[in-house]
Amino acid sequence: MQTRKKYIFLTFLASWLLLFFFGGDQLRRFAFFSVRKAEARRNWPRWTDRSLLKSFADPEELQRDGDPSLLSPRERRAAWLSIHRSSRCRMETCFDFSRCERNGFKVFTYPQERGQPVSETYGKILSSLERSRYRTLDPEEACLFILGIDTLDRDHLSGQYVRDVEEKIRGFPLWNGGRNHLIFNLYSGTWPSYTGDLGFDTGQAMLAKASFDSQSFRPGFDVSIPLFSKEHPQRGGDRGWLSRDSVPPRKKYLLVFKGKRYLTGIGSGTRNALHHIHNGKDIISLTTCKHGKDWEKHKDTRCDKDNVDYERFDYQELLHNSTFCIVPRGRRLGSFRFLEALQAACIPVLLSDGWELPFSEAIDWGRAAVVGSERLLLQIPSAVRCIHPERVLAFQQQTQFLWDAYFSSVDKIVHTTLEIIKDRLSPHRSRSRLLWNTLPGGLLVLPDFSTHLGDFPFYYLQQGYSPSKKFTALIRVVSQAGSLSQSILRLIQAVAGSQYCAQIVVLWSCEKPPPPSGKWPQSTVPLTIIQGRRKLSDRFFPFEAIQTDAVLSLDEDTSLSTSEVDFAFLVWRSFPERIVGFPTQSHFWDPEQGRWGYTSKWTNELSIVLTAAAFYHRYYHSLFTEYLPAGLRELVDGLAACEDILMNVLVAAVTKLPPVKVTQRKQHREGVSPQADRRSSQRQLCLHQLADWFGYMPLVSSRLRLDPVLFKDQVSVLRKKYPGLEK
Amino acid sequence: IMCASAKYNTRGPALIPRMKTKHRIYYITLFSIVLLGLIATGMFQFWPHSIESSSDWTVEKRSVHDVPVVKLPADSPIPERGDLSCRMHTCFDVYRCGFNPKNKIKVYIYSLKKYVDEYGMLVSNTISREYNELLTAISDSEFYTDDVNRACLFVPSIDVLNQNALRIKETAQALAQLSRWDRGTNHLLFNMLPGGPPDYNTALDVPRDRALLAGGGFSTWTYRQGYDVSIPVYSPLSAEVDLPERGPGPRRYFLLSSQMALHPEYRLELEALQADNGDSVLILDKCSNLSDGLPAVGKRCYKNQVFDYPQVLQESTFCVVLRGARLGQAVLSDVLQAGCVPVIIADSYILPFSEVLDWKRASVVIPEEKMPEMYSVLQSIPQRQIEEMQRQARWFWEAYFRSMKAIALATLQIINDRIYPYAAISYEEWNDPPAVKWSSVSNPLFLPLIPPQSQGFTAVVLTYDRVESLFRVITEVSKVPSLSKLLVVWNNQNKNPPEDSLWPKIRVPLKVVRTAENKLSNRFFPYDEIETEAVLAIDDDIIMLTSDELQFGYEVWREFPDRLVGYPGRLHLWDHEMNKWKYESEWTNEVSMVLTGAAFYHKYFNYLYTYKMPGDIKNWVDAHMNCEDIAMNFLVANVTGKSVIKVTPRKKFKCPECTAIDGLSLDQTHMVERSECINKFASVFGTMPLKVVEHRADPVLYKDDFPEKLKSFPNIGSL
Repeated sequence: MQTRKKYIFLTFLASWLLLFFFGGDQLRRFAFFSVRKAEARRNWPRWTDRSLLKSFADPEELQRDGDPSLLSPRERRAAWLSIHRSSRCRMETCFDFSRCERNGFKVFTYPQERGQPVSETYGKILSSLERSRYRTLDPEEACLFILGIDTLDRDHLSGQYVRDVEEKIRGFPLWNGGRNHLIFNLYSGTWPSYTGDLGFDTGQAMLAKASFDSQSFRPGFDVSIPLFSKEHPQRGGDRGWLSRDSVPPRKKYLLVFKGKRYLTGIGSGTRNALHHIHNGKDIISLTTCKHGKDWEKHKDTRCDKDNVDYERFDYQELLHNSTFCIVPRGRRLGSFRFLEALQAACIPVLLSDGWELPFSEAIDWGRAAVVGSERLLLQIPSAVRCIHPERVLAFQQQTQFLWDAYFSSVDKIVHTTLEIIKDRLSPHRSRSRLLWNTLPGGLLVLPDFSTHLGDFPFYYLQQGYSPSKKFTALIRVVSQAGSLSQSILRLIQAVAGSQYCAQIVVLWSCEKPPPPSGKWPQSTVPLTIIQGRRKLSDRFFPFEAIQTDAVLSLDEDTSLSTSEVDFAFLVWRSFPERIVGFPTQSHFWDPEQGRWGYTSKWTNELSIVLTAAAFYHRYYHSLFTEYLPAGLRELVDGLAACEDILMNVLVAAVTKLPPVKVTQRKQHREGVSPQADRRSSQRQLCLHQLADWFGYMPLVSSRLRLDPVLFKDQVSVLRKKYPGLEK
Repeated sequence: IMCASAKYNTRGPALIPRMKTKHRIYYITLFSIVLLGLIATGMFQFWPHSIESSSDWTVEKRSVHDVPVVKLPADSPIPERGDLSCRMHTCFDVYRCGFNPKNKIKVYIYSLKKYVDEYGMLVSNTISREYNELLTAISDSEFYTDDVNRACLFVPSIDVLNQNALRIKETAQALAQLSRWDRGTNHLLFNMLPGGPPDYNTALDVPRDRALLAGGGFSTWTYRQGYDVSIPVYSPLSAEVDLPERGPGPRRYFLLSSQMALHPEYRLELEALQADNGDSVLILDKCSNLSDGLPAVGKRCYKNQVFDYPQVLQESTFCVVLRGARLGQAVLSDVLQAGCVPVIIADSYILPFSEVLDWKRASVVIPEEKMPEMYSVLQSIPQRQIEEMQRQARWFWEAYFRSMKAIALATLQIINDRIYPYAAISYEEWNDPPAVKWSSVSNPLFLPLIPPQSQGFTAVVLTYDRVESLFRVITEVSKVPSLSKLLVVWNNQNKNPPEDSLWPKIRVPLKVVRTAENKLSNRFFPYDEIETEAVLAIDDDIIMLTSDELQFGYEVWREFPDRLVGYPGRLHLWDHEMNKWKYESEWTNEVSMVLTGAAFYHKYFNYLYTYKMPGDIKNWVDAHMNCEDIAMNFLVANVTGKSVIKVTPRKKFKCPECTAIDGLSLDQTHMVERSECINKFASVFGTMPLKVVEHRADPVLYKDDFPEKLKSFPNIGSL
């Protein structure tokens, strides 16, 4: 049996081989002469004399390019200036950099005119500017000017159209031909062509405009902003809708669209074609003709059926349940749909040829959206079907990151606009595209702190760096005793005993001068004393003296042992973007009072690590002092014990992650003295105000604590690296 | 629809039909024959290609002087001047490119002709060495097609690299008579030296209508963003001089200027900088008193000192690249090659490949007006960043400046990315030097999301035949509040799973999947039945974990959804004596792995394990029936760069059946085998991805002096 089969098998094999060697050869020859010869790939010839060819330019010509007899650079600049006015403005020709050099990047907003109310949306933009850290009230020191006249809606058919803008502007003494001005606009042009025209001469002013088309966009000068509705929140903003990462994406639909079909006029070409890709299964593309007053006049044969189908699906349901969303042009290039899809983690498939995408100067949209071509609509289904599931997952996450970093509130949109302009002023101190397009996003990365990625807590893994191996201990002294207490001496000794301690910095915030250097304990680590300004927010000032990535923030009465410090520091090196510390507290939602509550009691959760004993990255000092508006720091200075809550809120807002609690030998417990009661109510107030300012509650809760691997295990103490933690 | 993406089986091994052993041999025979046939046909298909390339039979052995001559009548049409408003959607015909599964555009090159005017005078040099190299590179690339009808992009063989070397009107006429010219639609011209005296336009002056221009000296006014491509000015010196990469570290000069024909105004400003900052600034000029015969190109002078160029560039940290008459300067290429950080002073210049390259990471751009402040600006840059910029500069040169081939391919890739944006090359691929690509990770789950508790987790139990123990595991696990589904992977092909009625009754759905083969990797298959993000992999003999321990493990996973969260931890150590990795299961102060006998992780890693496991690891694990957990630990650590999280004090899985394994000899071979796995995997991954940490996660109030009944997870603590 077996042998026979083997023979049959071998025969088959042999015949195949024979066929291949003989028949194949013949076939090959056949192909060789008839088909292949005709189709043989004709490559670019290898010329016999290719090595003798002359170079395109002789070396002398390349190196001596430039004729000293030519116009001087200054004259040439002047010449450019005169040629490239308004419509071809660039920063170097239409912007006065010198205004920004004296006082830095300061923004002045024109006072609003009486009797000329602005729209709700423009009101939000102005209020974002008011709360900005760049705001100035003195036009003399301003670098950038923003009009008080509402220029958002320049469709003269619209109710919010402001008349006679041109005349008003000419009356402004500061206008100066529009130099250093920024004009916000959401709607330009009108039926039927919807051009980019604003209806007045913007001169040399920069435009921050929605639906920008790439031909009138002046690269490096204008800013394209997204179209947002008047309900768009002022601050905070809703989170994105992505709540799970799945591969392949578990969504009911692949690609959806639901919207108006323009029967005539600009933009109708694309919208009229959208129904072609509808397959009723995983691709849903619904259009309705009901649009405008006289749609029945232009109605075609499809309309009735389409209108019926249209009603069968709910837009929100489609948004929630689709992987890709078609974002076609409307009458104008941009649409609300874009931000809606972005928030819903429905990957936008853009069908809007020539649209300069929002913040294109900073954002790499290729990572978050599929930029389709209106002309190739029918290829879209196969194109999106072919995108790898991992790439889809990356796209989805990127939409959420971008939404949350730049779009979820008017504040963010306005600030992104300002930061993009600010980056142009000093190119060497600006954000690279990498910073704009990776977490936590450009707004939270201050180029004034550093332009080196390794100096920030966010890019270690991405760039293959690791945080520095030493830390700086920063001890705040506020007691009025004037001499050194026992507890601070013990603390200095414990901290200095750590092998990872690079230096100790004492922030002396007392009225009395610090004791002379002889009184301080001698140790191997250098000790620096800084005279503070006696403000609570002082402890988070980016002191020059701090040169390590890690800061160990301490109060004078904190009690820690060397092994606690060592262990906590090693944990911090695993979580360099978070606060890692000892005593913790937590926040909770108080449904009775309808507000956020605060507790310092022992709980099973934590969301705040007290900065009386905590490791964090020194960059947070810069964020605290330079990124947060002055008003918040004043609030903190006015309340007792609010500064560490603010620090925790800030870090949580940046990372979206909870802090880390590590093992602590002795428990810090706030007593029940009346003073503690006051502190608690102040903290409550603080939390409340911070949530209000941020527009949401950034704090995130954690249910775990990190202990040494053998912590309190029943093994010999000799085996344990941190036996001291168990006493 | 044909997709380039890898299709994968969503149903899993359970669906593979079992064959009766009796018929197997027939099938195998049949299969082999078909396979052989396929191989044979395949080889036959490809054979002619290999003949072609080996013998170069299509390559014409002729000189560039032998090419046909084309006479251009004086009145032949001239194209319109370049249209400044052109963008891809207005001037480019995408229909020519179409959808194709490879997402590659097809590029056609016109054959070489010699163009003469009515009087027989040459219109331009036939072709320069560089343009020939460029066309050769395109022709050898996968973009190339010789079929003019299938082409999406057309590259004329008319050499316009240097505007000075050609007659503008006649060149335009030559372009206009190309067979597919059609107003220049989808035609790509390469130009490096645009403009001419006295006004030196920043784009090629040859009228070219809608043609795309890959130009080396665009200003922001002539560059049509998203349409044109800005390319470098090639420096032929790069081919002649070999400058090996120089490591980081201090260099002799801080700032160097090597350009010969600077405008006197610029030179004065540079000299002022030199006067203020002394020897750290070096301003070189052409050598005036060199003895004849020495090439002036390779020398630079400062006073009486003579320096070799471009070698001298390696002696400086920063090198000035100032605009000349043109914005694009060949010196930029030399500077990058030397790993010197270019200081670019050329207002409104569009840097080469700026559409994809992040020049902020490799250069410093100084506005012309700020030249006096240049020194202090440069000094404010942190040393570590300077070192990175040097590395980045060198990398840009190697990847995109080094040869005409590099320039040509980068240009085509940029255009390709515009046409197939959903398949475009990423920022990292364009910009990260190989060293960064190697040492960095890009976490596929990068968004910080804490999955809602309500989602729960799916427990996946791999079992063979220990039904009794399996049922106990099911009963135990079902007590965990957040369990949302239980999936039993029945890995025994010879035995049917127990009848439905015999299974324990639990409150969540219980599914059984049968596998086609008894393979360990079946436990990590991304079954469709797993609907939650969290997966609890659990062996069919793990019954000692308490409900609190499991629930707490899930809570910890929610806070670290991109990590492996497990109970007993293990460690890898470097054995200095044997010079290799060693597996350690002793009670150590460190962990780098967790056992997947019971571990939480994201379902995404099942997908990775099944479809993206590097090398032959997956097969190796299946063949050895061991180490699937180590493989998973490697995989997750490699892709996320993060450590595992060990939860609770638990050190081992004790179970009645395991006592035999605790025997010393078995233990020994076990350890040897596990160590072998680590070494094998480390060599496949090419690195040791595992991260060692000294912490584990416990509940916040674990072992605290606090009433147990108020603790969320009181029942934790046994080893």
